[in-house]
Amino acid sequence: MSTSALILMVSVQGTVIVLTAYFLIKVLRTPPKTDSNAEEDEPDLL
Amino acid sequence: MAQVKEGWGSRIGLILAMAGNAVGLGNFLRFPVQAVQNGGGAFIIPYFVSFLLMGIPLVWIEWSMGRYGGIRGNHSTPFIFNSMSKKRIWKYVGVFGIFTNIGIISYYTYIESWTLSYTLKSIFQSFAGLSSDQVSATFDTYAGIHTQVAGNQLIINAPFWAIVAFVVTLAINIYILSKGLSGGTEKVAKIAMPLLILFGIFLAIRGITLGATGMAGCATCNSHLGLDFLWKPNFDSLANPKVWLAAAGQIFFTLSVGMGTIHCYAAYVSKNDDIALNAMSAGWMNEFVEIVLGASVVIPIAVGYMGLDWVKENAGFMMAFKTMPYLFNQWGPILATLSGVAWFGLLFFAGITSSLAMGTPFMGFVEDEFGWGRVKSALVLGLIILVLALPTILFFQYGVFDEYDYWTGTVSLVIFATAEIILFSWIFGVDKGWKEINRGADIKVPHFYKFVMKWITPVFILVIFFTAMVKPLQGEMGDWQLAIHQLFTKGSWPWANDSIIAQVFHLNEKVTWFKDGLPTGMFFKDMSRLLLLSTFLGLSYMVHLATKKRKLTSKSLQS
Repeated sequence: MSTSALILMVSVQGTVIVLTAYFLIKVLRTPPKTDSNAEEDEPDLL
Repeated sequence: MAQVKEGWGSRIGLILAMAGNAVGLGNFLRFPVQAVQNGGGAFIIPYFVSFLLMGIPLVWIEWSMGRYGGIRGNHSTPFIFNSMSKKRIWKYVGVFGIFTNIGIISYYTYIESWTLSYTLKSIFQSFAGLSSDQVSATFDTYAGIHTQVAGNQLIINAPFWAIVAFVVTLAINIYILSKGLSGGTEKVAKIAMPLLILFGIFLAIRGITLGATGMAGCATCNSHLGLDFLWKPNFDSLANPKVWLAAAGQIFFTLSVGMGTIHCYAAYVSKNDDIALNAMSAGWMNEFVEIVLGASVVIPIAVGYMGLDWVKENAGFMMAFKTMPYLFNQWGPILATLSGVAWFGLLFFAGITSSLAMGTPFMGFVEDEFGWGRVKSALVLGLIILVLALPTILFFQYGVFDEYDYWTGTVSLVIFATAEIILFSWIFGVDKGWKEINRGADIKVPHFYKFVMKWITPVFILVIFFTAMVKPLQGEMGDWQLAIHQLFTKGSWPWANDSIIAQVFHLNEKVTWFKDGLPTGMFFKDMSRLLLLSTFLGLSYMVHLATKKRKLTSKSLQS
């Protein structure tokens, strides 16, 4: 495998892995919101 | 409008379902083939530019449109669009968001059934000891629906097991859909997505570590040559509009934007819940499956055993079924079985999480507007899919399958995406839209994207739409130069066969429906178009009925 191919593969795949993990961890660590949708639904006016 | 109490059970369930919607067979089969055909490593540059300037904005826009419609009681694109603009036309543009899914699911479920059958075949070691040609022939026998002429009669030979597998797969989908979002789709996503990623990691490790296999008489049988071919930058291809179009097209397919599924899933999100971070999490999960796993399985393993030249000539969708089982055989019976189950299992999981998403827009529509229960909605959907799918199965060799794929899986996506970006950024207004995206957001959306959504993404999509309409010859840079020269010197245009204009008017084809008393391929092509058009008109009529019903309800409430 050539050096240029290896550099591109590692940098692209590495970036994707880091960003995927970052966003997923952020989702898992963010506490759930407490407000309910039921009371706040806005009826559609036709 | 009936009050539907559907909803997601958990945030992670929603993200996995949304990622499952995006992750499909194309992540493992379409992306690496597109990369190989469009300059290897350099393809990734236009791919990422398209992802950042078109994919991410569209994903945020679709999530926010869905939530905006959902909190007003609308869970299908005709009425989600209607909640953003009261002009009647938008309701009917929104029909694309149901039509596209019904069209795609009709042939997609058939492919899904192949993956289910092949998982079982792998468990029972049906490919053990078979040569490459025998593995390929196994598929032809399995799905080999063919027609023959006896006298002046057309006889259809339909393989029993392929149809049984299709009906079983359809039944599984319908059963899960009838269980609702949290009780069906979300539960499946929570099991299928982790398993898919696990199976993908296992196969990707095999692909990356395989190296030279020492196949007799094959100097290029080395998986690292496959990876090199896939990732070696070829910057010349960056000046080719064909590569940019292919990259933008891949972003459409991989993120499932322009379909209406994201809107429908997001329509069940609560008013102040985050969508900005959820969209990023699901979107990047899809990119992980595509770029990290998808790029490390088919091409490297195939090059490892078949050689680079063979892959360059034969890289395509059917490798999944006609080649991969033979490649797994090279690893001995136990590993071949495990790899076969992992490969076809992950394709099945990728398929079913996408087909469930495609079933949701119709379900949301009839539940909202006609008050149907889940079971009735799912059964009617199943019946529609069955009616639309049978021609793609029985007349596969006449191009019915390809016709469905072209109109619903390609053209409709671009039309719908063009319409939604205009609606969101220009009619609803990007200022209001920006507030929607940021309401309840758990991340700060870069302000730069407001400008992108108003100017860059619409232009990007309009250019794609325009070039798809008038594409000349193969769409290479030289073809465009030649076409423009021909336009000014001869006043004509060399249409590509797959340009929308050439397809609509049959420009490069001879229109003959019957030859020697028997239907031609053109007949089946036009009949499939008629069937798809009838489906679109039928759905539009249902939207018309739903509007009348809403008006009556509104009047009776006022009086």
